[in-house]
Amino acid sequence: MQVISFLSEAIIPLLVFLIVGTALVHHQKVYEDFLDGAKSGVKTVIEIMPTLVGLMVAVGILRASGFLDFVSDLLGKMMEGTRFSTELVPVAIIKMFSSSAATGLLLDLYKEHGTDSFIGRAASIMLSSTETIFYTMSIYFMSVKVKKTRYTLAGALIATIAGIVASVLLAQMY
Amino acid sequence: MNYLWGGMIVIGVVYGALTGNLGAVTDQALASAKEAISLCITMAGAMAFWVGIMRIAERAGMIERIAHRMNPLLQFLFPSVPRDSDARTHIATNMVANMLGLGWAATPAGLSAMKELKKLDARSGRATDAMCDFLILNISSLQLIPVNIIAYRGEYGSVRPAAIVGPAMIATLVSTGAAVIFIKLRQFVAHGN
Repeated sequence: MQVISFLSEAIIPLLVFLIVGTALVHHQKVYEDFLDGAKSGVKTVIEIMPTLVGLMVAVGILRASGFLDFVSDLLGKMMEGTRFSTELVPVAIIKMFSSSAATGLLLDLYKEHGTDSFIGRAASIMLSSTETIFYTMSIYFMSVKVKKTRYTLAGALIATIAGIVASVLLAQMY
Repeated sequence: MNYLWGGMIVIGVVYGALTGNLGAVTDQALASAKEAISLCITMAGAMAFWVGIMRIAERAGMIERIAHRMNPLLQFLFPSVPRDSDARTHIATNMVANMLGLGWAATPAGLSAMKELKKLDARSGRATDAMCDFLILNISSLQLIPVNIIAYRGEYGSVRPAAIVGPAMIATLVSTGAAVIFIKLRQFVAHGN
């Protein structure tokens, strides 16, 4: 555990040191290159800003209207009897839209059931092995102005569902 | 995307009206818009820093070397992307950053990859095979060690916060495996390779 947290803390500074150090050795104009990249980084963010506003507003409206809770409840009832606990459905669904909202739900589950309970473990694994489908798709596609996303959603859903099912099964085994 | 976004708004407003949550809907819409802008401002700092550092690495030829080493994998996953395309370098960077859990570093590389993929096929408005495959893989989650989740578990009193590392790795492997199978099956059906 300590090795892991040390590595995750040290990896960025080490990488930056290595990159800048190597470039300096090769007499590269590091500062000019950095500014050049920084400029294009800021430009990209400004380009996706409207997309992000649009997406987050839509998700916000869906959440505030109670519709997402309604869908989660409905799916939860359908899942009754399977090994998939009702409590896990909202986390799985919200994670497809927003990472921060899913983290909020995860912390609620920790408080209610405990981090090391079946639900706590299953939700932890689930959030570790899935991504925010709609958020990622909008940002990536909007940045190149692509509107026809073809089979991306289908493939992404299949991968996500595989991850969710695996998470629940694994939480039961460990 | 148009129908998805429009549908979300329409359903949200109609459902909010039916359940009497319209006030909350207004508040949340404005709050979300504000949150999006502040997220962008936070992100702009990280993007400027990271893309800047990556530009140095690029000019030094370091990224090219890493991507070169990943070539067999990239060739397998994205046969339609030419070997000399910069898209390969950016895809490689994005995947490595994702594996290490550096989400904020992965996004700049991913967006650069999309721009390069777009150059390969300028038919506007339509996603190319490589774009779809890349995004599916990206969304399948590549992160090996969920550092943030471990931290949350520790904070909330877990006896063994890192106990989920093993299962999380297996679950990530399963989701990524499903993505790879989907991608390859579709390529096989479409082109026979």
